Amino acid sequence: MLSINNVEVVYDRVILVLKGVSIDVGEGSITTLLGANGAGKTTTLKAISGVLRSERGEVTKGTVQLGERRIDGMRAHDVTRLGLVQVFEGRRVFENLTTEENLIAGGHVQKDGRGVKQGIDMVYTYFPRLKERRHQQSGYLSGGEQQMLAIGRALMSRPKVVLLDEPSLGLAPMLVEEIFAIVDRLVRQEKLSVLLVEQNATMALAVADHGYVMENGRIVLEGPADKLRDNSDIKEFYLGLNEGGARKSYRDTKHYKRRKRWLS
Amino acid sequence: MSEDLEFAFALVLSGASIGLMYSLIALGFVLVYKATDAINFAQGEFVMLAGLIVVTALGFEAPLIAAVVVVVLAMIGFSFGLEKVVLRPLLGRPVVAVIMATIGVAAVLRGWGPLIFGIETRNLPLPIGDEPIAIGPASLPPIQVVGAAVALLFFVVFNWFFKKSRMGVAMRAVADNQQVAQAMGINVERYFALAWAMAGIVSALGGVVWGSMLGVDVQLALVGLKVFPVVILGGLDSIGGALVGGLIIGIVESLAAGYLDPYVGGGTKDFAPYVLMILVLMVRPYGIFGRRQIERV
Repeated sequence: MLSINNVEVVYDRVILVLKGVSIDVGEGSITTLLGANGAGKTTTLKAISGVLRSERGEVTKGTVQLGERRIDGMRAHDVTRLGLVQVFEGRRVFENLTTEENLIAGGHVQKDGRGVKQGIDMVYTYFPRLKERRHQQSGYLSGGEQQMLAIGRALMSRPKVVLLDEPSLGLAPMLVEEIFAIVDRLVRQEKLSVLLVEQNATMALAVADHGYVMENGRIVLEGPADKLRDNSDIKEFYLGLNEGGARKSYRDTKHYKRRKRWLS
Repeated sequence: MSEDLEFAFALVLSGASIGLMYSLIALGFVLVYKATDAINFAQGEFVMLAGLIVVTALGFEAPLIAAVVVVVLAMIGFSFGLEKVVLRPLLGRPVVAVIMATIGVAAVLRGWGPLIFGIETRNLPLPIGDEPIAIGPASLPPIQVVGAAVALLFFVVFNWFFKKSRMGVAMRAVADNQQVAQAMGINVERYFALAWAMAGIVSALGGVVWGSMLGVDVQLALVGLKVFPVVILGGLDSIGGALVGGLIIGIVESLAAGYLDPYVGGGTKDFAPYVLMILVLMVRPYGIFGRRQIERV
């Protein structure tokens, strides 16, 4: 559905952030992109959705393809029109707009008011909590509700592909599970393809079908999610488990003893 | 009603109608600030330019309605072009850059306007007569009634636009967060242009009513100075704030002129709004209706 081939991204014409990244997102599935802070996960998403340009970043090499269409170099609002939408990290709802107005703005690419109305109804069936808050200013919603709104707002454009950037950020574990369950349902029922960026590797690998691990602007590991879950390096560095599978104590962590094997 | 009360009523009434006309000009400022975050110091000059265009069109024996159409189109074109040529390249630059650019535009307009359209003060007659219109115990010159009505009409229209229409909601989304709006499929640049075009329309009508009241020459640009107390009082990004701010400034001005001028020999009208503005800045820096940043703790 979405494929990124050997993409390089340069900020300010100088700083090389992505050094040849290739990712495939299959139709109707969740693909997760894991990695530490500053690995380049968010930049990857921005390179795909086209918002990179407003941050003086640029795709200098490689291609991004949505279905048959090449979308690298396109402007963000045109990419959205083609059916790919990004949900930003940190929710970023339109704080001064009400919940429902956020959804209306999200449905901007719909041709007529009927499409918007149907979209709103769909979002409310997936996120009934938003319906209760429909006329409230969204800046005053709780963190979880804002995350639901951010996802719902993205759905308003009736996308085929959704880029989801750290939906678990700053939310209580119960809420995280609730949101992931809904995302999982969306993928199955609406045939969505999701590229999920997460710090919460446990959660991400539990819902994803396929995973990539990123470090320093490169993909260092990829595979089906269940294989990744069993990978000893992933366990050690992203899931915080020891070889036996028990939760590891930070006291025992001796980073100098064990090196990540993919770093040569 | 006693004579004192009647006097006060007349002052308030006249202040309110003038205030609504201030609101009209402030509206142009607010529209641009709301959507694009640009502070337009040339708002008064926009009004002056509109006035100059109208009297020039009337000078060619054009009927009034045609002249108004011409000025509206001309001002849309002008603000459109200004956005594209001067302000678009400054996107993402510090606010000061935009402010300096608009101050520069203001200076250019004040200089070139008279050069092209002539320096003498010209009348802008509207077919509404001079017979004061009685309202209760007081009366108003018809131009003030027309000006206030035009202002109110614009407020109703824009209020509907921003609250109910999809385009208006999208425009508010752009104002709220440009990057996210873009990712929602909203063409941000098109909405910037639209905001400036709307400011152009408002300025065009502002030029007609203010030009008709004061006469058209370079001095007309000075009404732009009243924009700042109005929008700071009402909130820089609030349409309703521009309305209420204009009303308050107009009434304060009128009361100051009526009650203080006899003691100090005149001129309070010109500084009373600014005293109020400074007080507001100390108490509510975001204005009465301005948006406060929502802080999460």
